[in-house]
Amino acid sequence: MNALVHRQTAGPREAARWNRGRILANNLRSVAGRAYPRIAGLAREPSWVFFEILLPFLTTSSFVFVYRALAAPPEYVGFVVLGGAMSAFWINVIWMMAAQLYWERDQGNLELYFAAPMDLMSVLFGMAIGGLVMSSTRGAVVLVIATLLYGVTFSVAQWALLLAVFVLTLAALYGLGMVLASLFLMWGREAWHLTQLLQEPVYFVSGLNFPVGRLGFLGAMAIATLPLAVGLDAMRQLAFAGSAVTLGTPTPEVEALILVAMTIVFLVAARFALRTLERLARREGRLVTRWR
Amino acid sequence: MTEAGPTPPAVETRGLERIYRIKPRPVTALAGVDVRVEPGEFFGLLGPNGAGKTTLIKILTTLLLPTSGSARVFGFDVVSETKQIRRIMNMVAGGEQSGYGILTTREQLWMFSQFYGLGTREGWRRVDELVELVGLTEQREQRVSTLSTGQRQKLNVARGLLNDPWILFLDEPTLGLDVGAARAVRELMTAWRAAVPGRTILLTTHYMAEADELCERIAIVDRGRILAIGTPAELKRRVQRESIFRLEVDRLAAGARALAPLPGVVSAVPASEADTGREAAGRGTVAITLVLRDDAALGGVVGALGELGARIVALRKSEPTLEDVFVELVGRGFEDEAEGDGARPPMPGAEPAAPGPSHTTHPHEPGEPSDEPLAT
Ligand SMILES: Nc1ncnc2c1ncn2[C@@H]1O[C@H](COP(=O)(O)OP(=O)(O)OP(=O)(O)O)[C@@H](O)[C@H]1O
Ligand SMILES: [Mg+2]
Repeated sequence: MNALVHRQTAGPREAARWNRGRILANNLRSVAGRAYPRIAGLAREPSWVFFEILLPFLTTSSFVFVYRALAAPPEYVGFVVLGGAMSAFWINVIWMMAAQLYWERDQGNLELYFAAPMDLMSVLFGMAIGGLVMSSTRGAVVLVIATLLYGVTFSVAQWALLLAVFVLTLAALYGLGMVLASLFLMWGREAWHLTQLLQEPVYFVSGLNFPVGRLGFLGAMAIATLPLAVGLDAMRQLAFAGSAVTLGTPTPEVEALILVAMTIVFLVAARFALRTLERLARREGRLVTRWR
Repeated sequence: MTEAGPTPPAVETRGLERIYRIKPRPVTALAGVDVRVEPGEFFGLLGPNGAGKTTLIKILTTLLLPTSGSARVFGFDVVSETKQIRRIMNMVAGGEQSGYGILTTREQLWMFSQFYGLGTREGWRRVDELVELVGLTEQREQRVSTLSTGQRQKLNVARGLLNDPWILFLDEPTLGLDVGAARAVRELMTAWRAAVPGRTILLTTHYMAEADELCERIAIVDRGRILAIGTPAELKRRVQRESIFRLEVDRLAAGARALAPLPGVVSAVPASEADTGREAAGRGTVAITLVLRDDAALGGVVGALGELGARIVALRKSEPTLEDVFVELVGRGFEDEAEGDGARPPMPGAEPAAPGPSHTTHPHEPGEPSDEPLAT
């Protein structure tokens, strides 16, 4: 074979027939293919990463100082540090995942992605994984530095559950991001501005910087709807086992189940939103086209 | 479904219509297109801006739904069998911007290879082959954001070949390229198609010469309709019965249209840039493409020019080009859209005298304001 003929197929009808294995492989590779630019970009623009880490770290630090000045229970410092680390993922979901398809359209990629054989869900997964790698570095750095600097002591009794809750929190968070990505493309900039506006209130009800149980009914609502709130609460209960301040919310086991439910709901919704998006785009002749 | 029997047509549309429902009025981009492209053909869609070429390509590449009618690609329906079509086609548009500026040429192509179903390592091998084929070896590790327009387009072409498509849709692939780069792209396309029997290319272009050189068959499209289909030779034969002259005069205040009403004149339009228009403009003269019923009508034109105060600088009889075919079919030149034409007016904005629905307006759309009475 040469450059003009790479894979010789018997004919167009045969070439269009892919078995399940081929379809699966195509989608898995598409995930990796889309994650690649994210990860390559991370290595190529290190200065940007610096700011991404420094800014949330400063926010976290300011809360630490406030709690110390107020002589709050020592666990609070740990809570804030954990919240600061997890905020990396939330910021990534809101600022990048949600605006992703919008941005891809302006890059001129979206039509090509629609016209390629893979499922667009795979591209979204790829973006999520790329974003995850990026945010994980950030979250880990904040966690390690703040823990050492402010002398946080963790007491973990159930490591496996903690890990599971962490993974589930990310799954639910990025699932939500995948839903938002399609919604933003359909509703345009207004939706994006709305989320920016909601960022601080969401931080607040998620209990990023204090235990969400303190919020009473509002906290309960947050636990039922916001992956960050429920995930963070469960992780705090697990990372600071036996601490009295985490009382007033469901057990971590229950919260893990809530996260599982959220993940499923968000992934189904994301798929549905993508289908709707594609249908609308093909019917209206815009949405996915650059400049329209 | 069994695969018995011959390969279905590469493209087959029946009564294909596409209306964009936009403000202030719906736009009819395709007004009933019937076209059949055989496997292995190099097929061209030739037409002016807004003719509906890109719309047709978008429908065939599953990016857009038909409003009515049907379209199939190698027998697969564009509405319901999108996945199958996406596995065997690819598309490249002129001026296409895609991918991520932060990636290098190789990386970007590799990323797309993964979307198109190539293996991880197979993808890198394929990318290296194509980078060499399109002549981007020197730029292989260069960031995409730093490529020139021509290099960028080579990258797009390489992307289009990654998955060995059975049908390749090219939407003005040489747009904005210099002569050398455009030729390179054309030669590559020709060689690529010839390498495997059955590989099909559907090309849209404004460049008559490009269509003439590359395409085995051409459909001339205007206002969402196909006006004629045939080989370039067949199409030109349609206007052979008339005499075509390239006329250059020192000045002509009233423009080419002043000649249109003269007896025996089929049409008189300014020569296109590609033809003799550019050189004439350089010399400060006026170049006109004159189609006469027969040579005898020339005497009258020459006389009239004298009366109009124009002196003939050059006059030659010419073989018909695709542009002449277009002028004959549409009644206006390819590049004088805005000007209209003296010979057979559809004035821009007005309802055309020709039968069939209008290109841009659809006055009786329910719910849309219309200044015409609905009873008509
Ligand atoms: N997404 C869209 N929404 C509304 N109208 C559209 C859209 N795309 C195209 N049109 C309209 O449909 C008609 C046909 O457009 P199309 O892009 O198919 O033409 P074309 O032949 O490709 O022209 P060009 O040579 O300029 O590329 C035009 O009148 C155009 O304004
Ligand atoms: Mg076009």
